[in-house]
Amino acid sequence: MKPSSQLSPEAVAAPGPAIEVAPSPHLADAGQSTRRMMIDVLIALAPVTAVAIVVFRWYAVQQLAICIGTCMAAEVFFAFLRGRRAPLGDASAAVTGAILALSLPATAPWYTAFIGSLVAIGVGKAIFGGLGMNLFNPAMVGRAFVMISFAGALGAAGYQDPAGRIDVMTQATPLTAFKQSGIAADLADLFWGTTNGSLGEISAAACLVGGLYLCLRRTASWQIPFSMLAAAGLLAWLDAGLGAGGWGVWHHLCGGAMLFGAFFIATDPVSSPLTPWGKIVFGAGTGALVMLIRIFSGYPEGVMFAVLLMNALTPLINRWTIPRPFGGQ
Amino acid sequence: MSQNQPTALERFVQGILPENPVYRQLLGMCPTLAVTNNLLSAVTMTAAVMFVLVCANLIVSLIRDLLKPHLRIVIFTLTIATFVTVADRLLAAFVYPMSKTLGPYIPLIIVNCIIICRCEVCASKQGPLVAVADGLGQSLGFGLGLASIAAVREILGTGMWFGLRILPEAWPDWVIMVLPPGAFLTFGLLLGLVNWFNARRGVKEGA
Repeated sequence: MKPSSQLSPEAVAAPGPAIEVAPSPHLADAGQSTRRMMIDVLIALAPVTAVAIVVFRWYAVQQLAICIGTCMAAEVFFAFLRGRRAPLGDASAAVTGAILALSLPATAPWYTAFIGSLVAIGVGKAIFGGLGMNLFNPAMVGRAFVMISFAGALGAAGYQDPAGRIDVMTQATPLTAFKQSGIAADLADLFWGTTNGSLGEISAAACLVGGLYLCLRRTASWQIPFSMLAAAGLLAWLDAGLGAGGWGVWHHLCGGAMLFGAFFIATDPVSSPLTPWGKIVFGAGTGALVMLIRIFSGYPEGVMFAVLLMNALTPLINRWTIPRPFGGQ
Repeated sequence: MSQNQPTALERFVQGILPENPVYRQLLGMCPTLAVTNNLLSAVTMTAAVMFVLVCANLIVSLIRDLLKPHLRIVIFTLTIATFVTVADRLLAAFVYPMSKTLGPYIPLIIVNCIIICRCEVCASKQGPLVAVADGLGQSLGFGLGLASIAAVREILGTGMWFGLRILPEAWPDWVIMVLPPGAFLTFGLLLGLVNWFNARRGVKEGA
């Protein structure tokens, strides 16, 4: 039987003993499925989500419910348009929804979460051909779309709601406070997460716990967060040395979405490079871009744009870092 | 001329849908992406292109027997540039704000592929009547493409249609739709939709 006949209808209808033909690798670990990886990510997001719910209460629950619900509904809808069954079982839509929700401010109106989720699944993923084919991190595509669309609600000023029912929400985010007024946040507040910010980014401790779990499970490659934080730390050290008073290396690493982005966003296996060296280049580039945006641009935070820009470079990085096979030239 | 050239009516009809310059030939992408953030500028752009295309087609068709093959593109461009200058000055004289809004995109009609393409394909081979019909059909098709993109972008981006509010005040403006990314997104999605309809129609006819 020809190897290529496994998919043709004649082969299915042919009588006689069936010969199973499959492409290599034949010794793949059955546990290494997309579903397992995605559920790992959801487990790793649990501490972050818990902190978000403790700090922002119903606001966080509402964002998460809208984003995850809309993402899964959009997955079903776009799969239907393409004449396929929705791959909800692999939980990738839920992960996209959770990451999108955790990257939004508590104050974001419901439609931003809704539109962001639709764009994340539709434009970020389905258009390219579904999971595994997307060039850009879907959650970040959705977030970028709503952030540019509704700058008033999602820009730096949108995070602060003087009438907010939760104290934290009435403050400016630490990065905005530093950018606009030069006020440096307390490191302990940044570490434990008692400041304002996107739902998932506020607690460095929770991001570290979840992120280390992901790296230990090898669901996320350690190279990306490691090199991203190293590059960002180096630039932050240079910046602090050049006299940006009060906001030091640890502020830059613990503040904003740096840790959340390093562990949960930049590590998306689809839109990051495949090779170990490629991952290091990707991480370092992302970290450097975050710092450039934070220091030199009008935006207080740049993780989203940094990840999207590096996603665009991923095919190039992959090509640059093709490993030489053992015994090869 | 040769017998199997399309007639004036065929040229006119083909330009609108079957050979739509925006969705089928993918020509003239620059104005398609740049001036479609509201309907009024899209319509003005279409009017300018229609004027230039019809006039250039007519002139090129009248002088088609004088054209030297190696100089024809230069002659096309000079003819087009003449009419673009006329259109540009007319806009600046009578609708100055719109002329400012469209900015460089009116002078850029000179290098718009649609017009050079029509001069090459139709006007330099067929008579003036056919050439004018072709110019009208193609520019109507161009206008249809521009208007469809502009309608989506203006409605989503500002809640308005031709400057009239059609969505409630509470509509949150999708600012990204009136910015350049919105042009690429809208055009890509509409192009996909057009291809999808064509594929479906093809399947039905084939069956």
